[in-house]
Amino acid sequence: MSDPILTLKGVKTDIAQYHILHGIDLEVPRGGVTMLLGRNGAGKTSTMRTIMGLWTPRAGEITLDGTRIDGLTPSQIARKGIGFVPEDMGIFSDLTVEENLHLAALAGRPSPERMDWVFGAFPALKTFLHSTAGNLSGGQKQMLSIARAVVEDRALYLIDEPSKGLAPAIVATLARALKDLKARGASILMVEQNFSLARALGDTAAVMDDGKIIWTGTMAELSSDAALMERLMGLKMETT
Amino acid sequence: MSPAPQQAPQNAPQHAPTITHLPLSERLKPWLPVLLVPVLIVAGYFAIPQTSSWLTLTVSGLAMGMMIFVIASGMTLVFGLMDVINFGHGAFISFGAFVGTTVLLMLSSMTGAPSLFLNLLAISAAVLAAMVVTGAIGWGFERAIVRPVYGSHLKQILVTMGGLIVAEQMIYVLWGGQEIVILRPETLKGAITFAGATLEKYRLLAVAVGLVLFLAMRAVLRRTKLGLIVRAGVDNPEMVQALGYNITRVFVGVFIAGSALAGLGGVMWALYQEVITAHMGNEIMILVFVVVIIGGLGSVEGCFIGALTVGLMQNYIAFLEPKLALVSNIALMVAILMWRPMGMVPVVKAKG
Repeated sequence: MSDPILTLKGVKTDIAQYHILHGIDLEVPRGGVTMLLGRNGAGKTSTMRTIMGLWTPRAGEITLDGTRIDGLTPSQIARKGIGFVPEDMGIFSDLTVEENLHLAALAGRPSPERMDWVFGAFPALKTFLHSTAGNLSGGQKQMLSIARAVVEDRALYLIDEPSKGLAPAIVATLARALKDLKARGASILMVEQNFSLARALGDTAAVMDDGKIIWTGTMAELSSDAALMERLMGLKMETT
Repeated sequence: MSPAPQQAPQNAPQHAPTITHLPLSERLKPWLPVLLVPVLIVAGYFAIPQTSSWLTLTVSGLAMGMMIFVIASGMTLVFGLMDVINFGHGAFISFGAFVGTTVLLMLSSMTGAPSLFLNLLAISAAVLAAMVVTGAIGWGFERAIVRPVYGSHLKQILVTMGGLIVAEQMIYVLWGGQEIVILRPETLKGAITFAGATLEKYRLLAVAVGLVLFLAMRAVLRRTKLGLIVRAGVDNPEMVQALGYNITRVFVGVFIAGSALAGLGGVMWALYQEVITAHMGNEIMILVFVVVIIGGLGSVEGCFIGALTVGLMQNYIAFLEPKLALVSNIALMVAILMWRPMGMVPVVKAKG
C-alpha cells in the first residue's frame, strides 16, 4: 500500500522486565479494515495499547498519517485522531450512557446527525440513554464502547476484539455497524478471534505470533487457504 | 426517530425493559445513606430531653459537619482520581488557619467594626489569602512529594507524613510555637435565640457556607464537562486518557482545589475554635479520615453525608454521654463499614 494511515517500524515493547513485542512492522492502509489475528498471548492487544501510547515502546517508530506518535501521551495520541475501543470496553460505569458519549466528543457535544446514526445502529443505547452505563448488559456495553469511538470522525479506529464473550445475535448487530463504518471510508485496525467476523469485515490481515508479525496479506488469500491458516494460527476451519 | 420495531428480527433482540413493582424496602435501599442524617436528627430529638438543647446541638453538629466536609471533599477526590493517600492534607488546614488568622489580625479595624459588611469583607480577604497560599503549597506538594510515589500506598503514607511534619515545623518557624487567639468578628459574636434555643451566629454562617459549597461542587461534577472528566477519571483514568483528556493536568487541578478547600476549612475551623495551633490540622485529620472512609472513597456525596453524620454524632454523644464522645466516631465507622464495606456511596472502580 502506497500511503498507509498507520505505520509501525521495528516496534519493541517491554512490560516490566519482559520483552513482549519483538519488533513489529505493520502498515494499515487508508480506508480499509485490517485484521490483526493470532492466538491468545501473541501480542495483539499489546500492539494496540502500544499504538495508543498506553505502553511506551522501547524502540521503533509509529507514524500516524505522516506524524510520529510514539512517545506521545495517550491523550495526545487520541487527539491526533484515534478512536479506541479497548479489549475490556473501558465503560465509565458511574456515568450514564449519554454522559459516556458526551465525554467521547472532544468538540463538546456529539452532532445530532452522528447521534442518529449511532442510535440507528444501536437502538438499545437510545432506550437506555439516561441509565447508568454500569447497568447495561455486556453487549450493550460493547455497543456503547464502539459508539464512543465513532461519535466524531477519526483518522483511525483501533477496535480490540468487539465480539468477545457476546451472543451471535449481538455480534451480528456489531458487525452491521462496523460494516457501515467501513462503508463510510473509515480506516480500521481490528483484533478479532471470531474468524467469520474477521473474514466478513477484513480487507487485509496481519497474523501475529510470539510478539512478531508472521504473515501479512489480504483477508481473501488467508481465508481461502486452510493449510496456511492452520500453520499460522493453529486454526482448523470447518468447511462450509 | 424511535427505532422501528420491524427492524428487530435481524437486530439483536430488543430488550423492552419490564419493570417489577419493588416493595418499599427495596426502593428505599439506595436512599438509606441519604436518610441517615435526618434519621439521626430525629433520634437525637427523642434522646435529648430538652428541645432547646437538641436544636443547639443539631446546629453545632451540622456546622462541624460542614467544616469537615469542606476539608474532606478535596481529599476524597484526590484519592478517587489517582489513588493517592495524602496524609499531608492536615498541613493545608493548619497553613490555611495561620494565613487566614494573620490577615484577620491585620484587618482588626475591620473585624472590630460593628458592621456585618466590613466583617464579612475581612473574612473574605482572609479566606482568599488562605486559599491562594494553600493552593500554591498544594501545587508544590504534588510536584515534589506526591508525584514520585504514584502507585505505591506505603510510600505515599510515609512520604506525605514526612511532608506533614516538615510543614508543621515550617509553621513553628514562621509564626512561633505559641497558640494564637483569634476572636470572631464583631457581628458574628454571640448567638440568636430561636424557639428557646441559643444558636451561635457563626455556626449558622458555617452551615450556610458548607451547604453552598456542596451544591456548587455537585453542580460542577454533574453539569460540566470538567466534572464528567473527574467522575470518569475516578472510575477508569486510563480510558479518560485514551479519549484524549490529559488526566494528570486534571488531577493536579483537583489537588490544588482540594488543598485550597482545606485552607478554607482551616480558616473556618480557626474562627470556630477561636484559637489556632500548628498541629490543629493533624487533630482534625482523624475525623476527616473517618468521613472519607465511611462516605466511600472518591464520592463527594458520600463525603457530605458522612461529614454531617460524624458532626451530629460527635455533638449528641458529647452531650448525652461525654465519656463516649471520642469512641463514638470510630464506633460509627465500624458500624457503617459492617453495613456497607465500601462506604455509604460506593464508587465503582474499573480496576482493583
